[in-house]
Amino acid sequence: MQWEVVIGLEIHAQLMTNSKIFSGASIAYGAEPNTQACAVDLGLPGVLPVLNTEAVRMAAKFGLAIGANVSRHSVFARKNYFYPDLPKGYQISQMELPIVETGQLEIELKDGTKKLIGVTRAHLEEDAGKSLHEDYHGMTGIDLNRAGTPLLEIVSEPDMRSAEEAVAYMRKIHSLVQYIEICDGNMAEGSFRCDANVSVRPKGQQEYGTRAELKNINSFKFVEKAINIEVERQIELIEDGGTVVQETRLYDADKNETRSMRSKEEANDYRYFPDPDLLPVVLDDAYLETVKATLPELPDVKRDRFIQEYGLSSVDAGILTMNRSLADYFEKAAELSAAAKLAANWVMGEVSALLNKNDLEISACPVSAEMLAGMLKRIEDNTISGKIAKEVFEAMWSGDGDADAVIDKKGLKQITDSSAIEALVDEVIANNPAQAAEFKAGKEQLMGFFVGQIMKASKGKANPGQVNQMLKQKLSG
Amino acid sequence: MSLDAEQVKKIAHLARIEINDADIPGYASTLSNILDLVDQMSAVNTDDVEPMAHPMDASQRLRADVVTETNQRDRFQSVAPKTEDGLYLVPQVIE
Amino acid sequence: MYHNKTLAELSAMLQAGEVSSVELTQYFLDRIKAKDSEINSFISVTEEQALAQAKAADERIAAGNAGALTGVPFAQKDIFCTEGVRSSCGSKMLDNFISPYDATVVSKFNTAGAVMLGKTNMDEFAMGSSNETSFYGAVKNPWDLKKVPGGSSGGSAAAVAARLAPAATGTDTGGSIRQPASLCNLTGLKPTYGRVSRYGMIAFASSLDQAGPMARTAQDCALLMNVMAGFDEKDSTSIEKEVPDYTAELNQPIKGLKIGLPKEFFGDGLDPEVAKPIQEAIALYKEMGAEIVDISLPNSALSVPVYYVVAPAECSSNLSRMDGVRFGHRCEEPKDLEDLYKRSRGEGFGEEVKRRILIGTYALSAGYYDAYYIKAQKLRRLISDDFKKAFEQVDVILGPTSPNVAFNMGEKSQDPVSMYLSDIYTIAVNLAGLPGMSVPAGFAHDMPVGLQLIGNYFEESRLLNVAHAYQQQTDWHDLCPPGFE
Repeated sequence: MQWEVVIGLEIHAQLMTNSKIFSGASIAYGAEPNTQACAVDLGLPGVLPVLNTEAVRMAAKFGLAIGANVSRHSVFARKNYFYPDLPKGYQISQMELPIVETGQLEIELKDGTKKLIGVTRAHLEEDAGKSLHEDYHGMTGIDLNRAGTPLLEIVSEPDMRSAEEAVAYMRKIHSLVQYIEICDGNMAEGSFRCDANVSVRPKGQQEYGTRAELKNINSFKFVEKAINIEVERQIELIEDGGTVVQETRLYDADKNETRSMRSKEEANDYRYFPDPDLLPVVLDDAYLETVKATLPELPDVKRDRFIQEYGLSSVDAGILTMNRSLADYFEKAAELSAAAKLAANWVMGEVSALLNKNDLEISACPVSAEMLAGMLKRIEDNTISGKIAKEVFEAMWSGDGDADAVIDKKGLKQITDSSAIEALVDEVIANNPAQAAEFKAGKEQLMGFFVGQIMKASKGKANPGQVNQMLKQKLSG
Repeated sequence: MSLDAEQVKKIAHLARIEINDADIPGYASTLSNILDLVDQMSAVNTDDVEPMAHPMDASQRLRADVVTETNQRDRFQSVAPKTEDGLYLVPQVIE
Repeated sequence: MYHNKTLAELSAMLQAGEVSSVELTQYFLDRIKAKDSEINSFISVTEEQALAQAKAADERIAAGNAGALTGVPFAQKDIFCTEGVRSSCGSKMLDNFISPYDATVVSKFNTAGAVMLGKTNMDEFAMGSSNETSFYGAVKNPWDLKKVPGGSSGGSAAAVAARLAPAATGTDTGGSIRQPASLCNLTGLKPTYGRVSRYGMIAFASSLDQAGPMARTAQDCALLMNVMAGFDEKDSTSIEKEVPDYTAELNQPIKGLKIGLPKEFFGDGLDPEVAKPIQEAIALYKEMGAEIVDISLPNSALSVPVYYVVAPAECSSNLSRMDGVRFGHRCEEPKDLEDLYKRSRGEGFGEEVKRRILIGTYALSAGYYDAYYIKAQKLRRLISDDFKKAFEQVDVILGPTSPNVAFNMGEKSQDPVSMYLSDIYTIAVNLAGLPGMSVPAGFAHDMPVGLQLIGNYFEESRLLNVAHAYQQQTDWHDLCPPGFE
């Protein structure tokens, strides 16, 4: 039987506000337990929520960025359930009237195919605290610092048909929320998390199969693995005559398996109702216009422009626009050096490689876009070769100053004086008479050998073009 | 509308309230009486009426995104039943 | 002596230096000690703090920067969170809860320099109309110790009626200020929803709860409102609207005032003995030049069923935070998480609170939400619209506060529905969010009868004016229960 996979994602993006969604406590990561949980976050008797203006603005910004309908009238609702990390016994979320409705995003797969994925809704809600399972005499410790942190839950349509599509969609959202500066995208700290609803159905069947919800997957790699392993499990189960049950499952990365979460197995009745402590959020056109004005150039538009303006390939432009800071870095280097393609190669090559190696963000790159551009200019005007440039770049990375200073200090300036090159060529031919004879007898493959010898003799500084030309002249003469 | 013992138990579980078995029939009967009172609502047709969640037709006021709270953990935890190392302790949570 | 003075009179005496706040405070503390065992109106008496506040108030008066309430003793309903003081809400669940913060209303009284004598008894989590559901025992009506004082602000009502405090705060979700004021011969005002901050007031039903003053006279209520009312940025439902001086319009003439009498408030359920003093009050208003208009609030009959969906639904969620984890009662040796929740809540809540949580949980649960909750919200609009139409014709609405006088203790506690029906005239006002008052209007069966006045949104000044005019012509409000003169 041919199976079709159906995937929908629920992404939780933590919004980059200063304070919590309903209180004035800080949301900074890594504080001592419960030092950032104020009376409102703790749900003490009598406290009341007041909505953070930035959370609303960021949600609206997201809605506008995906061309969705940003609701003029949205309502907060209580989702009631008991759990120790949920202080009030209910989570303030949005149910019937979310702030963002019906948008879509285009994803691009590795083979270049493009596909539209629907975004059903995005709503504001508060995060819960954390249960720490280290053993406190057989008890669990509760830290409520995270309780009340603003989240935007972005719910997709069940439009994805493979783990690859799911990852592409997740990456796209991940890139977008950082672009529009509403989420830092830090998956290790839990600022960007994902639940995946996965089901399978016989190819051609209209109705969806029963889905399992995979909870809290916190890396792109795990999303792919978790979905694939879950799909495998479901297909095997059905083919062996079993049925999939609707349940919440946890992905165990160590064992590469998903397992049922017993504690959440019980059918929940969340008893949603409008939160009487909060009034409807009303946004008008003028407000949305001001938010719209703060939207930066979005990734897709930027990519198309890079292709047009700098003559980049679609793939390169895609890589360079995945991250807004990287795109800005590239664009500055390209502008200042007037060598866009060279800049693109360097940014995707050496720059990215060293950043990865040192686990740095582009914003912390020791070689600024200005410095990179300075070096690219020296390649363009033949002061240094591409090979020497790597040495210059590494020196700049280590803090030895800009390209000109490094070239000067280390004497890396390319030899372009033809008499000096002629002397080098003559010397190498004289030292290798046998090879010179063979070359003259027709073994032209030896050209590379001679170039290599000359470059070695010049410590890499001889202009390769001039060396080639001179060699040909001498050996064929 | 009347509730039987099973329904009362189910609701009590949802509300996480322990009720002794001996008290269940009493709750079933008083709750059923309350629901009879409540069922008077069906006398009025409300098909075209907009539900009213709130007495005022006001909209939500928004708070400036400023950190105004400082650490008061010791104070807040002085009223807590069980804490250790700044954490609230509960019976083991199994996931 | 001092206990027979009104708040306004005591304020004047303090300002004139005829008595110090410390003397006055000590006087009332002594009176509480001597008399409260008869009526059980206080849960906590905060003697030490009260005397410290009184001392500070005397210094402030001496320095010449006192306000009307500086140095005046009063009692605070135990529903308000008071820093460093037990804030129990009448429940075993919060018996050990020493609040780490002050409610906004409490801060406002502190800023005004008023002296809190203690925290008054109340129905558990404000759920009740007789003050019999308190963990701290029932409160007795000073007019007849066998009878209930009404609820949920029964402790506040009994304390002021017995002259143990010149005034007290109350809260009103379905009549909890007006009904006990009526049953204990007091003047009580439930302001417009959103007029007084709910921050720090332990929530029963968030869309209905509203705090207000309980005192002997409308003038005293006006003085208290001047302190209690006002916008609070910590409460999203607080209204950003200027607070008038509530004493400014007390003496406006009421000639030409249009008073509406809803026929639904004078129907079969009303005790004819209670109807008599109300009719006399209507006659008096007529004499004073008011115009009486017959009106109808056709949907008000459904206010009790609607209320018993909306209020329990909200309370079932509001009380979920009482889980034995961060504060409040926790059961001994919980064997697992579910046991912790179920036993802590099972032990911490009393029967009526459990009943309402269960009804609310049921009304919100899957499959019943539309039939109960949404249906109730729709009827709520119809009830509210009735008032809107009425206020196109009249300035205030008048009727009885309660269909009966105070009933015997134990009489209705086994029959919740009959208890709920004692709030039949007050509940619609909360559903609509309007301001309402109860004013002493005479006696029936030797027990006090209250006159209810309902105003349009934010027309508290008008209500106080209408009540004050009546109190200038009558002396019901001056009558003191025998044994407490």
